[in-house]
Amino acid sequence: MCLALPALVKELLPDDLAKVELGGVTKEVSLALVADVQPGDYVIVHVGYALQRLDAAEAEKTLALFAEMAAVGEAAQQAS
Amino acid sequence: MKYVDEFRDGQLAKGIAKAIAAEADPAKRYNFMEFCGGHTHAIARYGLEDLLPANVRMIHGPGCPVCVLPVGRIDNAIQLAQTPGVILCSYGDMMRVPGSKRTSLLKAKAAGAKVRMVYSTLDALKIAQANPDAQVVFFAIGFETTTPPTAIALKQAEALGLENFSIFCNHVLTPAAISNILESPEVRELGTVPLDAFIGPAHVSTVIGSKPYEYFAEEYQKPVVIAGFEPLDVMQAILMLVRQINDGRFEVENQFARAVTPDGNAKAKALVAEVFELRRSFEWRGLGLVPYSALRIKARYAAWDAEHRFVLPPLTVPDNKACECGAILRGLKKPADCRLFGTVCTPENPMGSCMVSAEGACAAHWTYGRFRSAAVD
Repeated sequence: MCLALPALVKELLPDDLAKVELGGVTKEVSLALVADVQPGDYVIVHVGYALQRLDAAEAEKTLALFAEMAAVGEAAQQAS
Repeated sequence: MKYVDEFRDGQLAKGIAKAIAAEADPAKRYNFMEFCGGHTHAIARYGLEDLLPANVRMIHGPGCPVCVLPVGRIDNAIQLAQTPGVILCSYGDMMRVPGSKRTSLLKAKAAGAKVRMVYSTLDALKIAQANPDAQVVFFAIGFETTTPPTAIALKQAEALGLENFSIFCNHVLTPAAISNILESPEVRELGTVPLDAFIGPAHVSTVIGSKPYEYFAEEYQKPVVIAGFEPLDVMQAILMLVRQINDGRFEVENQFARAVTPDGNAKAKALVAEVFELRRSFEWRGLGLVPYSALRIKARYAAWDAEHRFVLPPLTVPDNKACECGAILRGLKKPADCRLFGTVCTPENPMGSCMVSAEGACAAHWTYGRFRSAAVD
């Protein structure tokens, strides 16, 4: 139920609405709950509303951490 | 899809699993509850439990709003839908959920009741505008993620002067439910409910932020890691919890930093505070009455409150006595421990809350887990 998806903002529309793209599908969602969103931003969309802007730099950091943790795991296995 | 696919890399997941296996102390047991149904679903769908060492166990919490909504409120919604002149708008998740006497919104619709499935609260407003002679009621359910969209709909109805629109409010709160699990009578009586740490919800936390969890970490000395819903997010969160336990720490850590901040979404929180207030008590399916765990519409907005506009008797419908949902939601039992599981209780014919939606612990185990555990046994 609380599942939401990252969508790319393509175009701002009147009335706090925006055109977003979700894996190739274009949808109209409301930006009424977020501030200062621009085309090119990724937002987390839930029941037709953007809940939060996605922080691209933080996403990159998390991906780097995955790789780091996986490397720790592989090294531990080889050591044992 | 960007920000989805790269968080599902199986090779990296195996690497993180090896790190968990290397760092988990074989002399310890690690019992982690993922509160949210989104995590339950991810764990079952991607078979994450199979990647974990035997002493790291995931307990599936009550964080599925479809599952925890009591049957009495579903009956109320069906009554509303059957009221002449009313159009009931509902999220699709609620359509098949059984009320008492084997009814559901879908069956009521088939029998002629006006029920409309909507994706967004804005759709419900459009239906109200297009049908000025009908009373349009939005069946509002969900945790902190769906509450702000309901608040927006109410404010827009006010701005538009829409008098034929109202909201049947059933919004519930995450922190109250976590407290209830930690303070449940079973915990006091037995002191053995094995919960060592929590995985905090992803999207709920985008709204409320990471701060509300600091209370649990301090008060109950339980580590919390807020995690995204993709499989690598969950694996990383488990490793972070293992590390906290090993170090004797109990902190709130944020794995889902790409969308969660300490304070959350200020705009959404302000709107919710303006429109809603706490209910003294609210019934949760599987948990019973939980104090201060739900929201109602403030008196100032009573004109758009369906509980004010219509007569909705409070109904209490008990679950089947053999249903083990209460114990499963608290981590005392597993789905397969229930006599009803897979016999009379299936996703097509759910008896208890955990089987009701795909995110419930029993439904997830039925769909993804039962053959796997049979193979292991």
